[in-house]
Amino acid sequence: MDRPHSDAAGAGRFLGLVFPLLPAIPLLFLITQWGSVAEGNVKSVSFPWVPSLGIEFSFFLDGLNLLFALLISLIGVFVAIYAGAYLRGHPMLRRFFLYLALFMVGMLGLVLAADLITLFIFWELTTISSYLLIGFNHDKASARRCALQALLLTTMGGLCLLAGLILLGYTAGTFDLQEILARGDYVRGHSLYPAILVLILLGAFTKSAQFPFHFWLPNAMAAPTPVSAYLHSATMVKAGIYLMARLHPVLGTTPLWEWTLTIVGAITATLAAILAVRQTDLKLKLAYTTVVALGTITMFFGSDDSVAIAAAITFILVHSFYKASLFMVVGIIDHQTGTRELDRLGGLGKLMPVTWFCAGAAAISMAGFPPFLGFIGKELKYEGALAIATEPTLVAGAAIFANILMVTVAGTLALKPFIGRQRPKSDDIREAHWSLWIGPLVLSTLGLTFGLFTPLIAEGLVQPAVVTLLGEPKIVKLKLWHGVNVPLIMSILTFGLGVCAYLYQRPLRAFLAFLLSFFPTTADRIWDALLEGLKRLADVQTRWLQHGILRRYLRVIFLAATAALLLALIRQDNLSLSVAIPALNVKEWTAMLLVAAGAVMASSVSAPLAAVCALGALGVGVALLYLFFGAPDVAITQLLVETLFLVLIAATLHRLPLSYGRHATRFRRLDALIAIAAGVVVTITILAVIEQPFSSPSSDYFVANSMPEAFGRNIVNVILVDFRALDTFGEVVVVFTAALSAATLVGYTLRGRRR
Amino acid sequence: MSWILALPFLIPILAAMVAYLGRKHENTGRLVSVFSCLLLFGVTLLILAMVESGGVRVAQMGNWSAPFGITLVADRLSAIMLLVSATIGLAVAIFGLAEIDRERELLGYHCFYQLLLAGVCGSFVTGDLFNLYVWFEVMLIASFALLVLGNTPVQLDGGTKYVAMNLVSTLLMLTGIGLLYGLTGTLNMAELHRELAVMDAPVAMDLLRVLFICAFGIKAAIFPLFFWLPASYHAPPLPVTAVFAGLLTKVGVYALIRTFTLLFPAGDGFGHELLLAVALLTMVTGVLGAAAQYEFRKILSFHIVSQIGFLVLGLALNSPLALAGAIFYMVHNIVAKTNLFLICGTAGRLTGSYELREIGGLYRAAPILAALFFIAAFSLAGFPPLSGFWAKFLLIKSSLEQAAYWVCAIALLTGLLTLFSMSKIWAEAFWKPHPAAGDYSLGKLRPSVRAMHLGPIVVLALITLSLGLLPEPFIEFSLLAARDLLEPAEYVTAVLGTYAK
Repeated sequence: MDRPHSDAAGAGRFLGLVFPLLPAIPLLFLITQWGSVAEGNVKSVSFPWVPSLGIEFSFFLDGLNLLFALLISLIGVFVAIYAGAYLRGHPMLRRFFLYLALFMVGMLGLVLAADLITLFIFWELTTISSYLLIGFNHDKASARRCALQALLLTTMGGLCLLAGLILLGYTAGTFDLQEILARGDYVRGHSLYPAILVLILLGAFTKSAQFPFHFWLPNAMAAPTPVSAYLHSATMVKAGIYLMARLHPVLGTTPLWEWTLTIVGAITATLAAILAVRQTDLKLKLAYTTVVALGTITMFFGSDDSVAIAAAITFILVHSFYKASLFMVVGIIDHQTGTRELDRLGGLGKLMPVTWFCAGAAAISMAGFPPFLGFIGKELKYEGALAIATEPTLVAGAAIFANILMVTVAGTLALKPFIGRQRPKSDDIREAHWSLWIGPLVLSTLGLTFGLFTPLIAEGLVQPAVVTLLGEPKIVKLKLWHGVNVPLIMSILTFGLGVCAYLYQRPLRAFLAFLLSFFPTTADRIWDALLEGLKRLADVQTRWLQHGILRRYLRVIFLAATAALLLALIRQDNLSLSVAIPALNVKEWTAMLLVAAGAVMASSVSAPLAAVCALGALGVGVALLYLFFGAPDVAITQLLVETLFLVLIAATLHRLPLSYGRHATRFRRLDALIAIAAGVVVTITILAVIEQPFSSPSSDYFVANSMPEAFGRNIVNVILVDFRALDTFGEVVVVFTAALSAATLVGYTLRGRRR
Repeated sequence: MSWILALPFLIPILAAMVAYLGRKHENTGRLVSVFSCLLLFGVTLLILAMVESGGVRVAQMGNWSAPFGITLVADRLSAIMLLVSATIGLAVAIFGLAEIDRERELLGYHCFYQLLLAGVCGSFVTGDLFNLYVWFEVMLIASFALLVLGNTPVQLDGGTKYVAMNLVSTLLMLTGIGLLYGLTGTLNMAELHRELAVMDAPVAMDLLRVLFICAFGIKAAIFPLFFWLPASYHAPPLPVTAVFAGLLTKVGVYALIRTFTLLFPAGDGFGHELLLAVALLTMVTGVLGAAAQYEFRKILSFHIVSQIGFLVLGLALNSPLALAGAIFYMVHNIVAKTNLFLICGTAGRLTGSYELREIGGLYRAAPILAALFFIAAFSLAGFPPLSGFWAKFLLIKSSLEQAAYWVCAIALLTGLLTLFSMSKIWAEAFWKPHPAAGDYSLGKLRPSVRAMHLGPIVVLALITLSLGLLPEPFIEFSLLAARDLLEPAEYVTAVLGTYAK
């Protein structure tokens, strides 16, 4: 149903122009609210949604989520402009924008939600829309694989999160986030607290790509670059970060929280930094640096020290700007040259000066050079690291190590593709269209100039966020010059080592490769092995259960029913059944013997016809019993049915696909055992039932009313055609249907044969 | 107005007769079938409205007063099941117009289809245990007829397995009913409720519980009794599979819910523990079975099994919230699962196969179908804000509130594995390019065929969406229905009136 491409392209161009207005709407709204929220006011709006479960569709805006919402919509505007240009003429551009819009809505809803379940719904909306975006190049098997990986992994976390949120809501007695925020002490003291914490953190860690779930994020680079620029800088991966920040006042400040976040964050940051330096694909390199940033932020959220928190918040801000710009720059290089392999790029600076400027500005921010915001952020990080009470050396060490490697990566990104000999050697390479570079230009410039307006940033964004997060008033000051202190010395050390590492990249990479060779496998491969194992388990189970052999199915069904009945018997406390041998006369015993002999013969002979005859004998025995116990009409029916059955089966036996008599004796013994056991438990059941005195008002009623009310002398007949006429009606339908079905089966076969 | 309760089975039976007599005439069967379903839809809607406005509705057949005659009863659960069945019946009837070949129509397809609906509706509306058995028989024979209609080898193989295993269920059910009658002297379920509540026969009661779990368990396709379902559901033409998938197993679950709230409520007995265990096993084995499949219909079939586990879980947890979850889940699942089969049918029609390895490219070729599949599939996987999310939410919340953490963990894991299979279909049938170039778009279908394919699918998808986006009325309804089931005083009084033994 796709329209012709030219038409789609036309619509796409129009959409490309209009679409950026979509995130601009919330952006403008947020800016109008900014002043008031920065002063500490909280706006909220709420609609009843599922009152019977206590769920509201409600949102609020405070200092913390204002920061996130501003980032989402501001970067959203530029990503939208960039995407329109990057994917111009793509036949599926409209779908792309649809998914991107869904994703934006999901992210904004997530950070603004004031109800745990509302939050979760938007959380999963980002999961679905990112699945569609990562798999956007759906023709490629690799894109499908990566999309699936991201989907399964984040959904796994999402399900843990759901359980955690339900438990949290249950513990706190409400799903209202603002009320829960006020009940932190109670929640932390509750016996369910560890479970809640672990479950919610699993959700946050999978979404924010923390070790050992870090591997999906680099794989998600299968998405078109505008997606990566958006999802992996300011939005998707920050969802977990936001969740940790949001719930910090409820779940934070316990040793469990502090240790988990610090250690997981530190491992993630260190490992990802090593992997980032090793990469030569520019986009993958960036992806790993995102993981570094996420690890660092997580590590800092482990603390409740205001400087550490301020450092994390500032870093979120800085990182969003430079990372979005750098992704877009890599996209531009890819778009203009057709490659993003580091070794195949060089000398582009003269050809693409604006792009180079963007790359440089963003990289400076990333490396944390003074006098820009990145520098302030880094100083704050070191100060915060030292202020963390639990494990300052671990945090500071991890932070320094990660930053050294970040300086190296920043240098590589800003210089390597742009200086030296021109590669690839093509005359077609030129600067990108303005709509491609406007985004990174504005974002990286903003990121740089923020440093010059530090008070504005500190008081307008960082401080309200920190205050909200910690739930207590704190003054946050961002300063360029703190005097000569430990953080400054650490900074200088970072630069020095970072530059060295940049200059000696090749030996460094070799060394890191050597280090990594000690790991027997990668998380990615473990994931694949897990999926493979799952498939194998499924195969084995299916072959074992659903083998296609009717006889074995029936065996299992009878076995299960018998076993369940036995289990019910074994569980009884006092199992006493009175078994009295009934006083029967000779003819009754004869009928019984006939039944027994028929059963034994039916199960022991191997010729189908003989077995059918034996069943017939059994049936006659049962009919005789009916007769002897005063039900001649039932006996007649039974005899008729038996006769008919025998005739029909005998007539059609040769056409039935039976494999009778060809299976092993071993299995026949097993079947006999099951049959005997089933008979025994059913007998016990009957004995247990007839121990109770039988009284039926229905029987009395039928006897009393058959003649006067229903005008029939034969009570059984009256029951069939009057008292319970509906049953008879139904059975008539059954017989009618069976006859029709048989007729069509036979008739159809005959006609088929004639053909 | 009480006779209206008989219409849900009388209309289709009448329609079946007319359809069979007029089967030689090109359009009679088709018109009668759709008209009957429309009428059924109207009637069930009316019944639901009556139940909502005036509580439990009762009709004494032949005017023989309960518990001596047969009583028809509609409470909230019955009413919603009737309405959903009628909706599915209508949707699949329309879809069938485009998919069932003339030869099968001549053999009486429309007749058997209507009889199947009669059996289903009769089961939902009866208040008598033996009468329930009779409707099960109607359903069984009609479904068998539909299953083998056309007489292909794969159909005969599936049909043999289907009927053989279901006859075991019949046998067990009949034994159970007979023994229950021997124990209490009545077949009326309301009277059985009263009698069994004061019965002091723990051994007999426990054994009867097990018998009924096995009998209805085969119908509902719980572990380890579900083999007939994957063995037969891929055999018949797709509309038949779709209506089976939506309704057959759910009647079994309905019977379990009815008997294990009214006759054997949770208490000292063994029933609910056993149900909990088999529910969990059913969820896991079903979803693993699906993971091993590579055929569109077989994946969906195994998922039916897994989701039956969720329904039984709601019953086994036995709290108002859990039972409400089961009811909501049932409604959601009937709609979403039938819709997935219909979509599967359209996909098979467009690409020419149900084997995932042989098909693909529908994402590009049929974006509307892709969107509709996405809604149904992700709803089934429990993604918010689609209907499956609320169903899952209710069950998970109730399991956590009862501190049944293992139950919750297994439910969540099953949800994840469901997503795995759904995304497998999505990736293979929709995202992956078709192995052979060609036109797989909806445009190649004739407009009338396209409408008969997409119309029902769109309507069912809209139901899924509205259940998801505006769940409150449905959740409130489910909670009330669950309360009625757990406190059946109103039901019993409505049926028995002033009668006392």
